Amino acid sequence: MIHLKINGTMREVSVDPATPLLWVLRDTLGLLGTKFGCGIAMCGACTVHVNGTPVRACSTPIAQMNGAEITTIEGLARPDGKLHPLQKAWVALDVPQCGYCQSGQIMSAAALLHHNPKPTDADIDDAMVGNICRCATYIRIRKAIHEAAVELAKGEPA
Amino acid sequence: MNTQVNISRRAILNLSAGAAGGLMLGVFVGATPKAAQAGVSTSAAFKPNAFITIMPDGHITIMSKNPEIGQGIKTSLPMIIAEELDAAWSDVEIVEAPTNEKVYGHQFAGGSLSVFMNWKPLRQVGATARTMLVEAAANEWRVPANECTTANSVVTHTPSGRQLTYAALAGKAAALPVPDAKTVALKNRSDFKLLGTRIGGVDNEKIVTGQPLFGIDKTLPGMLYAAYERCPALGGRVKSANLDQIKKMPGVKDAFVIDGNKKYPTLLRPGVAIVADTTWAAFQAKAALQVEWDETDASKDSWSAIQAQAHDLGQKPRGENVVFATKDKDVDAAFKTAAKTVKAFYHYPFVPHAPLEPQNATAWRRGDKLDIWAPTQIPGTALGMFDSLGIVFYPFFQDELGIAAENVTITPTRSGGGFGRRGWNDFLCEAAAIAARVDAPVKLQWTRADDMRHDQYRAGGFHALEGGLDDKGKLVAFRNHFITFTANGKTPVAGGGMAASEFPAQFVDTAEISQTMLPLRTPCGFWRAPGSNVFAFAIQGFIHEMATAAGRDHLEFLLSIMNDPRAPEPKGPNSLNTARAIAVTKLAAEKAGWGRKMPAGHGLGLAFYFSHAAHIAEVAEVSVDKNNKVRVHKVWVAADVGPIVNRSGAESQVQGSVIDGISTMMNLGLTIEKGRIQESNFDTYNMLRMPHAPEVEVHFIESDNPPSGLGEPALPPIAPAVANAIFAATGQRVRSMPLSLAGMTV
Ligand code: FES
Ligand code: FES
Repeated sequence: MIHLKINGTMREVSVDPATPLLWVLRDTLGLLGTKFGCGIAMCGACTVHVNGTPVRACSTPIAQMNGAEITTIEGLARPDGKLHPLQKAWVALDVPQCGYCQSGQIMSAAALLHHNPKPTDADIDDAMVGNICRCATYIRIRKAIHEAAVELAKGEPA
Repeated sequence: MNTQVNISRRAILNLSAGAAGGLMLGVFVGATPKAAQAGVSTSAAFKPNAFITIMPDGHITIMSKNPEIGQGIKTSLPMIIAEELDAAWSDVEIVEAPTNEKVYGHQFAGGSLSVFMNWKPLRQVGATARTMLVEAAANEWRVPANECTTANSVVTHTPSGRQLTYAALAGKAAALPVPDAKTVALKNRSDFKLLGTRIGGVDNEKIVTGQPLFGIDKTLPGMLYAAYERCPALGGRVKSANLDQIKKMPGVKDAFVIDGNKKYPTLLRPGVAIVADTTWAAFQAKAALQVEWDETDASKDSWSAIQAQAHDLGQKPRGENVVFATKDKDVDAAFKTAAKTVKAFYHYPFVPHAPLEPQNATAWRRGDKLDIWAPTQIPGTALGMFDSLGIVFYPFFQDELGIAAENVTITPTRSGGGFGRRGWNDFLCEAAAIAARVDAPVKLQWTRADDMRHDQYRAGGFHALEGGLDDKGKLVAFRNHFITFTANGKTPVAGGGMAASEFPAQFVDTAEISQTMLPLRTPCGFWRAPGSNVFAFAIQGFIHEMATAAGRDHLEFLLSIMNDPRAPEPKGPNSLNTARAIAVTKLAAEKAGWGRKMPAGHGLGLAFYFSHAAHIAEVAEVSVDKNNKVRVHKVWVAADVGPIVNRSGAESQVQGSVIDGISTMMNLGLTIEKGRIQESNFDTYNMLRMPHAPEVEVHFIESDNPPSGLGEPALPPIAPAVANAIFAATGQRVRSMPLSLAGMTV
């Protein structure tokens, strides 16, 4: 039995300990926002936060997650439903095309802003290089991160 | 570029000319689908047609008819209706239409055709409703209808200033007869309020909060998860497999061999299916599978052998069949008398579509009924539009499973990217074949390796090009020997055929296009701007080479070809129009500052291409450093695609296409040996990422021409623009893709 805290709620799962966190989230817990793109930590579609750090859930065995605090895209907005500044910026700038990569993109960006609330373009490059957008919405992703950073500076908690 | 329309698209348009002309209006307007009838309290609801419902509380529902694959169609088609309806966008809820082509007309995503084909019919859908609402208000006020105007879901009697909302009028409008759609007045472009503005994607909020929308997110009670292993070489059959061992693995419910369908071999290939209680269990079992394949009839394709053969064939200026030759001219003689001859050999590899959501489908067989949910670009039959291209799959269900087409219900989900891949429904047929053997709903999930190795690929190709210049540097002779592939020995593979109208043959004094087809087993399909995405690279790069050999400025040389009096007259608003071509080419050059002094190591490159009824020119600013690192700094795009529907979506499609084109030209290509695709994932097929995405500035020239789609046509010009810029920066000519082969990196 593995115990984890997901989006603020304690969960217990009993699955094969080698199962990647991604499939536990999707198939066992029904949290479908985290996506499968490559399965080998090359695309970032499955990015979630483990104890505040962005990780690729497809390549993280559940056995390593006992006691971990996990945030997925479903848990990024505030409990009262108020969207995270990044989510707001994504909507305001109409970032998504197909949208499939975007939960992973947002989770990578959220981790970046958490540690570095005023990122430069170079910081964004470094933090986002692991996330492929096949539709190539990179221009708007960059803009939205900057825009969310401005909102944060006005006192929006990330 | 074809002077008409892109190859596949042209074939389609010719096929459906009858349908496209009158475009199923009789079908569209007046019929109310069962789905819309059911469930809504209808006492005072106004439903003038299958697309629009206006409730007495002011709630307006607009149906979105075509699959959303990231091209923004779920937002843009309803916008067209809402514009003519004069509905306030904030009153509108968009609902995905079920697959029902009798009611909604063609339902597919492909060929950048959705906006193009639906523009007028959907405007009529909206205008019909508005006309009836105005009539209801005029009756109420006992005034002439032409004294009334509409805006923001309200009818206003202009002389008196009286107003009635659509909500208040819904019940009264519902009692009126529906007018003939062809008789209702449509707006002038200058009166558009919604079209041309920036509207965010209707699902954006769901996407950024991780709501289930995609095929992979489909969940049903009691659903099982499947994986499927096919022979890595197309045409291989299962000889034996360690099924007993697999069935004992944790979570595995069943494992069985599927023979493959003989009549539809590319819709269901032979393989081993595994059904398990989670995706991971199915994947684990798939990894542990040991299959012995019978490869007697399997593909032996070899990319290295093909390349060697094509390089030999490329020595010949003329291929097996001549597709175009200037009437009454001798091309060999023209080259003999030319003052200067330029020759070049261009080539490019096979590539997969690689949408980020790997193929998947959920199927559930109950008795003689089959339900399928899938991220597909073609959930219906497209009313037969693609039959001659071999895109037919409904008869498969009868042939393989004994289920009649009318008992199959296919519900399209949002797709995590399409790019042409999901017009081929093999994943959906596999899911059906597996589910038919299981007493539960089954979600089939492909791995990334499955997706990369079992695609319908963008065909590789080779061009032996020759240009003859006179002593003034004018292009007087042109020859394009295209080496391509055939699967049936008769016709080129999908996306691998060149039309007689391919630029610039018809603009040159003496010209010839010929084709040689090599046999191929590897399946080919339509990849974002089929044909165009590679022809542009070869031809627009070569035009720059000829300009350079002539000692002329590239822009001036290109414009002089477009200005040639031989230029064919445009056959209609959707074929190449040199005035529009010249306008966008000049605009892109102007915005980029063509001719300005460049920083050391920087160059500007230009290209124009016409496809999908869109005229698009692009200029790229590129630098190359000592280590052959290529950096695309900025791209300027000028596009004439008629009026803009959704400015936000249009700009985004252009930017995405440009970066997709750069990504593909820089680094991507497949190797095929023994019929097997060697690459399997994003480690060896590494797409362009954030740090290398350039700025892309987009300019639209808007006109009253019918709008073309924008999912594809901005892609073709970028590869030649970048290649030409590399030459301008370094003097090094790029004639093959990907650039990584020439030692260049991003
Ligand atoms: S699915 Fe995890 S990084 Fe691609
Ligand atoms: S929006 Fe389609 S992959 Fe990023």
